[in-house]
Amino acid sequence: MSDSSGVVLRLDGVSKSFPGVRALRDVSLELRAGEVHALVGENGAGKSTLIKISTGVYTADEGEVRLLDAPVSFTDPLQAQAAGISTIYQEVNLIPLMSVARNLYLGREPRRFGLVDTARMNRDARARLREFGIDVNPARPLRSLALGAQQMVSIARAVEIDARVVIMDEPTSSLEKREVETLFTVIERLAASGIAILYVSHRMEELYRICDRVTVMRDGQVVGSSAMADIDRLQLVSMMLGRDASDLRQHGSTAFAEGRDVEDDVVLRTQGLNVRHTLEDVSLDIRRGEVVGLGGLLGAGRSETARAIVGALHAESGEVAVNGKRLRRRSPAAAIRAGIAMLPEDRKLDGIVPGLSVRENIVLAALPRLSRMGLVQRSKQDEIVSFFIDRLQIKVSSPAQRVSDLSGGNQQKVLLARWLCLHPKALLLDEPTRGIDVGAKAEVQGLIEELARDGLAVLLISSDLEELIEGSDRIVVLREGKVVDNLTGDAVTDDNLMRALAADPSRSDDAQPAKDSS
Amino acid sequence: MSSQTTAPAEDVAGGVTETPRERVFALLQRQGGPVVLVLVVLLASIFSSGFASSGNFSTILVGNAYISLLALAETFVIISGGIDLSVGSMFALGGVLAAWGMNHGGSGVAVLLPIAVGLVVGVVQGSLIAYARLAPFIVTLAGLLFARGLLQAISNEGSTTYLVPGHSVFAFLGDGTWRPILTAVALFAIAAVVLVRTRFGQALFAIGGSENAALLMGVRVRRTKVFVYMLSGTLAAVAGMLNASRLQSGVTNIGVGYELTAIAAVVIGGTILTGGSGSIYGTAAGVLLLAVIQNLIGVHLSQYGSSASDLVNGAFLAVVVVLQSFLARRRAL
Ligand SMILES: Nc1ncnc2c1ncn2[C@@H]1O[C@H](COP(=O)(O)OP(=O)(O)OP(=O)(O)O)[C@@H](O)[C@H]1O
Ligand SMILES: [Mg+2]
Repeated sequence: MSDSSGVVLRLDGVSKSFPGVRALRDVSLELRAGEVHALVGENGAGKSTLIKISTGVYTADEGEVRLLDAPVSFTDPLQAQAAGISTIYQEVNLIPLMSVARNLYLGREPRRFGLVDTARMNRDARARLREFGIDVNPARPLRSLALGAQQMVSIARAVEIDARVVIMDEPTSSLEKREVETLFTVIERLAASGIAILYVSHRMEELYRICDRVTVMRDGQVVGSSAMADIDRLQLVSMMLGRDASDLRQHGSTAFAEGRDVEDDVVLRTQGLNVRHTLEDVSLDIRRGEVVGLGGLLGAGRSETARAIVGALHAESGEVAVNGKRLRRRSPAAAIRAGIAMLPEDRKLDGIVPGLSVRENIVLAALPRLSRMGLVQRSKQDEIVSFFIDRLQIKVSSPAQRVSDLSGGNQQKVLLARWLCLHPKALLLDEPTRGIDVGAKAEVQGLIEELARDGLAVLLISSDLEELIEGSDRIVVLREGKVVDNLTGDAVTDDNLMRALAADPSRSDDAQPAKDSS
Repeated sequence: MSSQTTAPAEDVAGGVTETPRERVFALLQRQGGPVVLVLVVLLASIFSSGFASSGNFSTILVGNAYISLLALAETFVIISGGIDLSVGSMFALGGVLAAWGMNHGGSGVAVLLPIAVGLVVGVVQGSLIAYARLAPFIVTLAGLLFARGLLQAISNEGSTTYLVPGHSVFAFLGDGTWRPILTAVALFAIAAVVLVRTRFGQALFAIGGSENAALLMGVRVRRTKVFVYMLSGTLAAVAGMLNASRLQSGVTNIGVGYELTAIAAVVIGGTILTGGSGSIYGTAAGVLLLAVIQNLIGVHLSQYGSSASDLVNGAFLAVVVVLQSFLARRRAL
């Protein structure tokens, strides 16, 4: 299966430049059979570029890629697949309009008499997806699935291919805890059967749970490689960031939600939102300066709540009011005018404008505010843009760079900046730190905190429980589209949240939106 | 489709619910063409004397059998996310080449020459689009002009019309009532199978849905693109060839603007102009609907001359296309 040293895939002195950026500099990496190899680094460190060179999306300027000790130079992803390298790219890479089953088997459809055997394909797909904890009709279009489920389809597809090497670029960034567990079981099975796995993630706990070795990248270079057991979390982080770990601690999010005044006036009031099959009578008040976390498992209706509030999801009944003024028209545009901004969960779909520059993407929503008599005030614009690039550590060669050339995590930061610079009264954040590296994550959390201190009302949705607990003044828990719990003050703890999520009835005080705002 | 009774429980397993409104929009967008076709035929049968006769029906079907193949070709191209503006010219060129071939070599040449030229023009267009990454709109617009130019050259600026002797094998090929209809039906049926049940068909949907994702998923994007334009060019030339056989001459001024009617039929049939979604049976309905409307306009507005019927036809197309893209957008939201 592999040569004596067990190395399946080897990168040797690989360099790659894009106009204005040296994305990779003399990178070497060894991937062995049966190991789970973590690849970590800040946003823009070059992880995805390295992967794309290994799989023929890009070709290296210098250096070589060897598969089973034979040099290879793939010119398109199909060749890499045929050679046994199966990849889950960072961007969700499926076809939204096609059915789930067709996505799963595209290019490998089961055939009978030369024709695609649709019945069998759907049957197989259903069975296969059940193994991944997804139970849907495989004839449905892919885009009717939740983001996490789409990601599971993409994982199932990659694993389905008979591969020697499976590469996963942030596979868990849109997954829920339960789905992550399923994925880990799959990864363990793959590794046990001798497949080499390259695993990119910004979530430290994950790395320590399933990875055997780790390679750290910074600014396009490999800065170290080690057995996972030989390096602790702080060492790993400081290696990634190239700064002292203690420095990071002080920046960290420990004191995130403390010492801030929550005022008594309700900024965003949501009353009795009903969306068929999705939300039932959801009421929610957010006060000035308050960060309300929205907890719940996948499908509990968290994103749907945010989407219903801004009118991106049609609610049969229910009211939304900003500063006591009821919104008459319910549409995303009306919501923005009323002062509600939402960072959506699916950035690819309703997020960045790939053709435009970083600057234009940031100020896009704020343009009306930044212009006088129809003319855009350039200096004000530049000021805002450079503030956010600095503050969120967005890695760009210049504000004029095309946003589609940024690394995944940096695109994320651009979007976040877009909504933050709107100066909204209420900000709904759906997974604000997804795909963002540890250093910048603390910055983002700090910024949310600061904005809240300035009087903003924030709704925070995160599948990162730690972030939710540390960042929220109180947590409203949803289950099956209903508000089932409301954790406030000292009750905002890990234990309580877990219990509420798991529907444990042992804690049943203040089960409905409470009045206190300590 | 069997899981319409979506309870929140299914969401836990990964589904997102569609609101009834979204469902209605999606249904209208996909099935609007066939439904309107049935309605129009019913209404016309009741209110327009002479419409519902076997004579009129066969006039409609035979008159549109070969032209419908242009819409068929266009369906493939549009689903792949492209557009082919050259089909009208290729249709005319195919006819003239066939008639010219008949006069310069016989039935064999008459059949093979248009096929060969259609294939070559298609491959060239496809290669320019797939490999040189030029916009399909520009490339096929050039193809449109090229095909017209070639036609003019062969026909001495359109002054020579080659005739097909009525007793030849070639003249038999496309003539009659049943042969055109059955040819079209057979080709539509084959196309439907190719689109839904072959890997090539799936690749078209994938490329039209998201070219980048298709590439990463290992679809042979460039090859598939070349192939679809080859298919379209060949089919258009063949349609023209069969039409020349039926008319027993290579009419030179035919086919102008046919590409637009073809595109309209495809869109009416629920295929999304930006690619990734569509159906052959929808296109069939679109073609028939336009044919029926044209027939009605011809009967009822003929006293106002052809400009009136062009006007009505154009307005109708505009309304339908606007409506369809509106619905498609609502569906996409
Ligand atoms: N197609 C491209 N054109 C120009 N620059 C690019 C392109 N792709 C990547 N880059 C640049 O190369 C650098 C490395 O990007 P890469 O996507 O590999 O980062 P990453 O480590 O995957 O980051 P993240 O954690 O945010 O996904 C970045 O500075 C990015 O802007
Ligand atoms: Mg990346």
